Amino acid sequence: MTETTPSRRAVPLWAQITIWIFLVGLLIIIAMGLNRAQQGTVQPGQQIADFKLTFYDGYRIDENAEINLSDLRGKVVMINFWASWCKPCEQEAADLQRAWEKYEPSGKVVFLGVDYVDTETSALVYLKKFGITFPNGPDLATKISQYFRIRGVPETYFIDQQGVLRYVQIGPFVNLEQIEAQIDPLLK
Amino acid sequence: MNRKTATTKQTTTHPLLWALLFTTVFSLAIYSIVFAQGSTPTDDEVNQIAKKLYCPVCENIPLDACPTEACRQWRDQIREMLSQGKTEAEIIDYFAATYGERAASDPRDKVKAYLVPIVAILLGAAGLVSALRKWRKPQAARPTAPANEAQPLAQMDDYVARIEEELRNRE
Amino acid sequence: MIAHFGFGILLIAFFVTLYATLTSALSKREAPQRAASMVESARRAMLLTFPLITLASALLIYLLVNNHFEVQFVYQVTSRSMPTYLKVTAWWGGQAGSLLFWSWLMSAFASLATLRNWERDREFLPWVILVSCFTLAFFLGMTAFFENPFKMFYQTSDGVGAYFFQPANSMLFTPEDGRGLNPLLRHPGMVAHPPLLYLGFVSFVIPFAFAIAALITGRTDDRWIRITRRWALWAWLFLTFGLVFGGRWAYDVLGWGGYWGWDPVEIAAFMPWLTGTAFLHSVMIQEKRGMLKHWNMLLIILTYDLVIFGTFLTRSGVLSSVHAFAQSAIGPLFFGYIIVTFVASVALLLHRWGSLKAETEMKSLLSREALFLFNNLLFMSVLVVCFWGVIYPLTSELFTGSKVTVGPPFYERATGPLFAALLFLMGIAPLSAWGHSTLKTLGRALWKPAVVAVAITLALYAFYTRNAYALTGFFLVAFVVSITVYEYWRGARARQKSKHENFLAALSNLTKRDRRRYGGYLVHLSIALMAIGILGIELFQIETQGTLEINQRMNLGGYDMQYQDIARFTGPDGREVTRAVVGIYQNGQFLGNLHPRIDYYWDAQQAMTIPGQRATMKDDLYILLVNWEPASASGATFKIYVNPLVNWLWMGSLLFLVGIAIAAWPEKDRERAIVKASRQIHEVGAAK
Repeated sequence: MTETTPSRRAVPLWAQITIWIFLVGLLIIIAMGLNRAQQGTVQPGQQIADFKLTFYDGYRIDENAEINLSDLRGKVVMINFWASWCKPCEQEAADLQRAWEKYEPSGKVVFLGVDYVDTETSALVYLKKFGITFPNGPDLATKISQYFRIRGVPETYFIDQQGVLRYVQIGPFVNLEQIEAQIDPLLK
Repeated sequence: MNRKTATTKQTTTHPLLWALLFTTVFSLAIYSIVFAQGSTPTDDEVNQIAKKLYCPVCENIPLDACPTEACRQWRDQIREMLSQGKTEAEIIDYFAATYGERAASDPRDKVKAYLVPIVAILLGAAGLVSALRKWRKPQAARPTAPANEAQPLAQMDDYVARIEEELRNRE
Repeated sequence: MIAHFGFGILLIAFFVTLYATLTSALSKREAPQRAASMVESARRAMLLTFPLITLASALLIYLLVNNHFEVQFVYQVTSRSMPTYLKVTAWWGGQAGSLLFWSWLMSAFASLATLRNWERDREFLPWVILVSCFTLAFFLGMTAFFENPFKMFYQTSDGVGAYFFQPANSMLFTPEDGRGLNPLLRHPGMVAHPPLLYLGFVSFVIPFAFAIAALITGRTDDRWIRITRRWALWAWLFLTFGLVFGGRWAYDVLGWGGYWGWDPVEIAAFMPWLTGTAFLHSVMIQEKRGMLKHWNMLLIILTYDLVIFGTFLTRSGVLSSVHAFAQSAIGPLFFGYIIVTFVASVALLLHRWGSLKAETEMKSLLSREALFLFNNLLFMSVLVVCFWGVIYPLTSELFTGSKVTVGPPFYERATGPLFAALLFLMGIAPLSAWGHSTLKTLGRALWKPAVVAVAITLALYAFYTRNAYALTGFFLVAFVVSITVYEYWRGARARQKSKHENFLAALSNLTKRDRRRYGGYLVHLSIALMAIGILGIELFQIETQGTLEINQRMNLGGYDMQYQDIARFTGPDGREVTRAVVGIYQNGQFLGNLHPRIDYYWDAQQAMTIPGQRATMKDDLYILLVNWEPASASGATFKIYVNPLVNWLWMGSLLFLVGIAIAAWPEKDRERAIVKASRQIHEVGAAK
């Protein structure tokens, strides 16, 4: 409301500077928001920051209640975002499980199911229904999905042994071969 | 509701009220246990809490009005927690912790959310008051000011009178 | 072919607008003779844009109505099963089309403004053309190059894509059917809501253009305000009605039991309304007292940029919202445009700051100008709350990484007291005098209406409610209404005595004599009525939900609802309708049947919950069919709301229309009389 002051002269310099700083600050915030909105998901080639996944009981890795991504360095990690209310997720559930059964014995690949905005009860029903055994846990406070900037479920991210994102699958896989086609090259 | 009555009563210190408070809380506790073992919570009780939650799947629609499957599951979750005897505040806290702050309709960090607008409004009010002061002062200092302004006003009157005259001729 | 033609027309319109912008901007450098002819040329170019954009729009409508699905936009917003009127309104049902619609309105309004009589203010003309054409060029450019509604599908070796021109080795691709308009938009309310809102947005550009013209030319009197007063009033009317229609639409189709959810996009449309309302009030101070010149400039600049900002928020994907268009490349462009216009206008204002000095001074804290200042402070405070509510989630996400929701509780808590204070000011301001008022004069004018308001409040306390918020609200409403009625009555009585007219004639002549003032009072009255509706639904809404078997009953707020029948069938436009029949009883008496339903749109794979409503002035019975599974025999789930007094809100908006119409209806004779009188004054002055 400083503008209401009936000044006989020009606006004092300090007021001008304050006004401009305030405006520029505001514009920067909006610009950052816009920049964020314009970005898609995390892009392949990017080093994935560490995050922690807490497991559902019965879907743990070696009885660990939780795991950090950094603990899995040296392995190929596939992160699958899903939810029990998500119809397209059901299309790929069986293929994901078959892929897990194929790669698990080698010990070189880890699958992490990240359950997006879901209740534990229905999640466990879903996992049982599709006979899923690979590690799974809820996306607590939607932190993981926010980091990956997912646009929806299902989305799947392939991370190599060095923790670098290599491929992003938006939407469900239609067959086992599609999954293999992403993992096999990373194992070579 | 229950919590609200309790907190308002805490603000007064009368011993009788304290006694009353204890009996209320105690009976409420018993009530909620009985309640928990008794019937399942009604839709209305669920909706009462769902109103205050927002599911990320349907953004900007309160949970009680959102038709998606995800939201239906959330409402089931509320029902289940209610039947375990959880209070409204506990349920909202649980949702905010599990699904992130955005699940709650009201920002959790009240200070951050409210401080900025309050400070801005107060600054605006202060600016207005100081501007008003500035405007009033010169008037006291220069008693000739009214004469200055009487001139244009008188002119205006003359002007308006002419227009009125013009209009009258027209009618 | 038609699409190519439309694209061509759009391009021509864009370049014509660009020409008008540049010519009017450059005219200043030339000698007066040449400058005048340049401005005239720019003016003609400006006038040419309207027929051009009209033609482009007509072509687009032709494509929409005739199922030309090879055009991407037509594919996105229509389908074969849609009725024709919806195909026409699909014009503003998607990003590209609505930008074209915006441009069309903009060019219509700019043309109207350039057609007015410029005799007295020729120096404004180039700058008004410059500002309106610059705005138009921006929107047209966006329509032509980034969100073109005339792009067509072509099948290439890489698959199907939308292109401006046919790529090499490709075939035109025509989908069988379109995706269909978003079901939320297939409602009569949606026919009116966006155009009214856009009308409001666009007509605020004209006062802004004049304000900038005044700043550039350095003409610091209130001429620009007097010229654009009616524009601003009409803009305000359209914007208000856009918001009211939006509320009504939400009430009828969103199935929340409410009309306003403090959704970020609603707020985006509400913010220019706030500054616009403050502007309408504070310009009066400049006209009457020659004060607040800076402030008025700032308000109109804010209004203009909030209009653009609102459009930006809706279309950029910065905020996710039920209203949001799909995100697109135009976000950064809008953002750049906001920066350019806002920074340029504020810099211009600061540059002219010294010359915009007040002509008179504030003498009393109770004078009308002082009260108007408080009014402005309150509107700005509501704006701050709204703006922060929109920005806070953004800052929170950026700086702490956690998303937050700023929902209704925040806004209600923060704006409630501000709105109450506004109502209070609305009551007392009309009674205070310009220039000077004391507590004594104000009190003398105030006490009678205040007594009436207190009496009404006591009666409400005794018979209706003990809710402190409600009583405060109703007291303020009663206060405003009794003061406004009292003012009318006093004026009419005075006239009755002095002119010996009967009361009704006195009332109507009174209004005619000062239409702005008495129209304004009617608007105040309508706001008070709307406040009754808002208080009713906000504070006294009750609801219940339950699952019923056929013939079972459920009751709420004195109403009994009996579930009678349900049927599922296919509607005329391919949607699947699940419609329940419920009987409504009150005190055992049958009132009628209601038909809550769920419409499932296969083309859009989206369900809409349409309430069954029974409206009275006392309350609305609002019934939703929440859930029904034909396979299970577990009955149907209904949700019932009783929304007390909500119809006062809609009724109030009609009175609002009347009030604005009275205040803003063109006064041909008076305008001419003023011109004539001013000429005579000049002649007299010259003769002396």
